[in-house]
Amino acid sequence: MSQPKTLFEKVWEQHVVAQEEGCPAVLYIDLHLIHEVTSPQAFTGLRQRGLRVRRPDRTVATMDHSTPTDPKRLEVVDDQAKAQLAQLVKNCEEFGITCYPLGNPKNGIVHVVGPERGLTQPGKTIVCGDSHTSTHGAFGALAFGIGTSEVEHVLATQCLLQHKPKTMEVRVEGRLGKCVTAKDIILALCAKIGTGGATGYVIEYTGQAIRDLDIEGRMTVCNMSIEAGARAGMIAPDEKTFEYLQGREFAPKGEAWDRAVERWKELRTDEGATYDRTVVIDASKLEPMITYGTNPGMGIGISETIPSADIYEEEALRAAHEKALGYMGLEGGKPIAGHKVDVVFIGSCTNSRLPDLRAAASIFAGRKVAEGVRVLVVPGSHDVKKAAEAEGLDRIFVEAGAEWREPGCSMCIAMNGDNLEPGQYAVSTSNRNFEGRQGKGGRTFLASPLMAAAAAVTGKVTDVRTLL
Amino acid sequence: MDKFTAFESHVVPLPAENVDTDQIIPARFLKVTDKNGLGDALFFDWRYLEDGSPNPKFVLNEPASQGAKILIAGDNFGCGSSREHAPWALTGWGLRAILSTSFADIFKNNALKNGLLPIELEPAVHAKLMRDVQADRAAKVKVDLADQSVTLPDGSKVTFQVDPFAKRCLLEGVDQLGYLLGFDEQIKAFEARHDAL
Repeated sequence: MSQPKTLFEKVWEQHVVAQEEGCPAVLYIDLHLIHEVTSPQAFTGLRQRGLRVRRPDRTVATMDHSTPTDPKRLEVVDDQAKAQLAQLVKNCEEFGITCYPLGNPKNGIVHVVGPERGLTQPGKTIVCGDSHTSTHGAFGALAFGIGTSEVEHVLATQCLLQHKPKTMEVRVEGRLGKCVTAKDIILALCAKIGTGGATGYVIEYTGQAIRDLDIEGRMTVCNMSIEAGARAGMIAPDEKTFEYLQGREFAPKGEAWDRAVERWKELRTDEGATYDRTVVIDASKLEPMITYGTNPGMGIGISETIPSADIYEEEALRAAHEKALGYMGLEGGKPIAGHKVDVVFIGSCTNSRLPDLRAAASIFAGRKVAEGVRVLVVPGSHDVKKAAEAEGLDRIFVEAGAEWREPGCSMCIAMNGDNLEPGQYAVSTSNRNFEGRQGKGGRTFLASPLMAAAAAVTGKVTDVRTLL
Repeated sequence: MDKFTAFESHVVPLPAENVDTDQIIPARFLKVTDKNGLGDALFFDWRYLEDGSPNPKFVLNEPASQGAKILIAGDNFGCGSSREHAPWALTGWGLRAILSTSFADIFKNNALKNGLLPIELEPAVHAKLMRDVQADRAAKVKVDLADQSVTLPDGSKVTFQVDPFAKRCLLEGVDQLGYLLGFDEQIKAFEARHDAL
């Protein structure tokens, strides 16, 4: 019998083209997703060397980072962004790459588009010049973010030079309580191991609470693996995965589908295989999470008080904590619930899919946005937008007083006209609460769609469970 | 790419933990289609005040920092997004090495492809060096990639780890794509098997 292997090891080994002594592996890439921000310099590099794109059929482009989302004024933020968007179209035309530009019915956030088109499949290696490429690991793919030099490498050779990462199992045992979601699992992990806690590892999420999640919830968990420092997050595919994929545009059809499912069923960690590290989380003990600081590891349960710098012994860590609280305008030892909120953002590659919008709508239904609060609901793609409108979610948002926007990264990246003003507080379903991430001087509390909606209708940080 | 040679420089001390790529270069500066001039955007929101004038309290603006080729910062430097604009901004300002106790994965990969050397120091060595260069801003540190060493202001020498492949590329001034392109035959053979799946 062969050596038992982890899910990661199986996918890795199936993609090693070559491995020379003392050198990184040459790893084959099945799917290369590109967008406007991290690809132009890579195409310039190709032209300078006189190279072609090796496999345009394995490359797909969308626009999302700098695209506008205001339906009343669909105007690109400035000429520089316009030029960048135009450059992507030109590059795709010149090199024969499928592109879903602004306004195309298949357009949307790259990590929403890949799965919904059925491009993302179990066992694939997937890369994109975007750190949240880890999202696609929810299907049992090995998916990770790369820099622009590496985008050029993949365009030219369909391969990457990679050192084999270590493996970490994150086992989420038990069942989640009411109003505790995928987002709370991943924020709890970031809080437990810290923002660099999984650096050098690929995480595999296992356990009852992970199996119980729908595919969109699994994407939320894998999406933020990078916020704990992990290269990638993976979840073994199961019947839910196959059901999600069947019939999608690029999923295999007919006999090829049956063969693919047989192959995909092998993609799980063998009995007896070992991980380099294991972290266990008890799902039944989690409550809705919220961040209070300036990195995603600075999160607490909604009923907890904001930690003070005293929790650290080391001077550098105390100073970092003080600096973060200073930026956020918060005081250690105080509860976070009840803190005022100016803006609520529901969207991003973390939480902009149909179940996320349904969850938010369940709180907005029959309620109004609190006075003085601005609420943006930004679907992840045109497909998501259409599906949400078909079930009337848009009307629930608009009747409550929220803005129903066009798809895009919007206020997660704040380079497209959607941003916080200096000093404003936002509850956001996105993935990063770094200083200025949502706009210079803006202050971000990360939370789930349910918690974001609860903040929207109360005007303050609120335990969503109190609204039921 | 230029060959990475040994050099000596004074050091910019940035005693902040988890410096993320949104701080290194905020997203609104990513709307470019080339790599040039990004040094001007380095640490922009820490470096400039509301009215656009340089923040005199930020270390990069201090006269003693000018011309430095080395930055020393806190743990987990470069966490966050995959933007290669981060190393482009750091090298655009003139930096050639970053000293920390650890680096985020993607940042480290990106830096090594741009002639920017991420050097991990032992926490005790790092803490002492941070104090020493804060106390004496003219203090010089020597970085030698060939023997993987850093010579500290007191003349003592510590060694560091570096991926041997990245080291070879940096020392020879060759980029990694050239190496990859050499595998064309193997990639073809792999694709013949793999595409059939």
